[in-house]
Amino acid sequence: MLRIQYADYEALRAHGEETYPNECCGVLLGKNIAGESDRGAAMNSAAADNMVQQIVRAGNTRTDSAHNRYNIAPQELVKIQRQARGLGLDIVGFYHSHPDHPAQWSTTDFAEAHWLGCSYIITSIEQGKAATTNSFLLRGTGEDDKKFEDEPIQIDIPANLAATAAQNQKGSA
Amino acid sequence: MKIHIPTPLRTYTGGLETVSISGATVDGVFQQLTVTYPELKPHLFTSEGKLRSFVNVYLNDDDIRYLEGKQDTAVNDTDELTIIPSIAGGTNL
Repeated sequence: MLRIQYADYEALRAHGEETYPNECCGVLLGKNIAGESDRGAAMNSAAADNMVQQIVRAGNTRTDSAHNRYNIAPQELVKIQRQARGLGLDIVGFYHSHPDHPAQWSTTDFAEAHWLGCSYIITSIEQGKAATTNSFLLRGTGEDDKKFEDEPIQIDIPANLAATAAQNQKGSA
Repeated sequence: MKIHIPTPLRTYTGGLETVSISGATVDGVFQQLTVTYPELKPHLFTSEGKLRSFVNVYLNDDDIRYLEGKQDTAVNDTDELTIIPSIAGGTNL
């Protein structure tokens, strides 16, 4: 399961709206819980959670074809990994958008996915508006047996926001 | 010198994010790295011994592919190597 704070979830969706009609991309920093001492078992266990604690926006270097391709410069990734280290966090996944295209991984996404045990979030942006957000966990032990699995997303909503939302719902019912 | 390991490969370094390996060149450090952590080898190199195309290696802030000496570049103990697999994708349209 992928766990993410409501504010981060909304922020990565908003990022896709901002860059529309181009693809946005970014990095998820956090912790793989259950994974500290035995990542191998963790990444192959359905019980392992990637818990996002911070998202980092990245630039899309594919200016030649930004509407249907994304690439994060490795130099930028090195900096982000350094930033994560400073915060005591790990890179636990990535996000990108699919402008006017479903929130499903493509063969390009799969071929270019190499971070086993990490979560790949895809948000479909329809006519400039964030529609569906899905997460896929890259499982396997290497390039030969890797696969994307549908991954449930748990969005953690702060108590005060949740109370307001419940109140609004009651009011409108 | 310090070598920073990306999340997916820490399975093969006993969970360590940073490992210390000695060597005189980038290549020498990598040789020693794969001796110390043999399971890393197939994830970094092809069967012909070439660095996999999606694996980027940075010596401090420089991609080793663009260094004059490439993998033969001399290193010292205060340098840092970062291994970082690529991130890319997109729709098929």
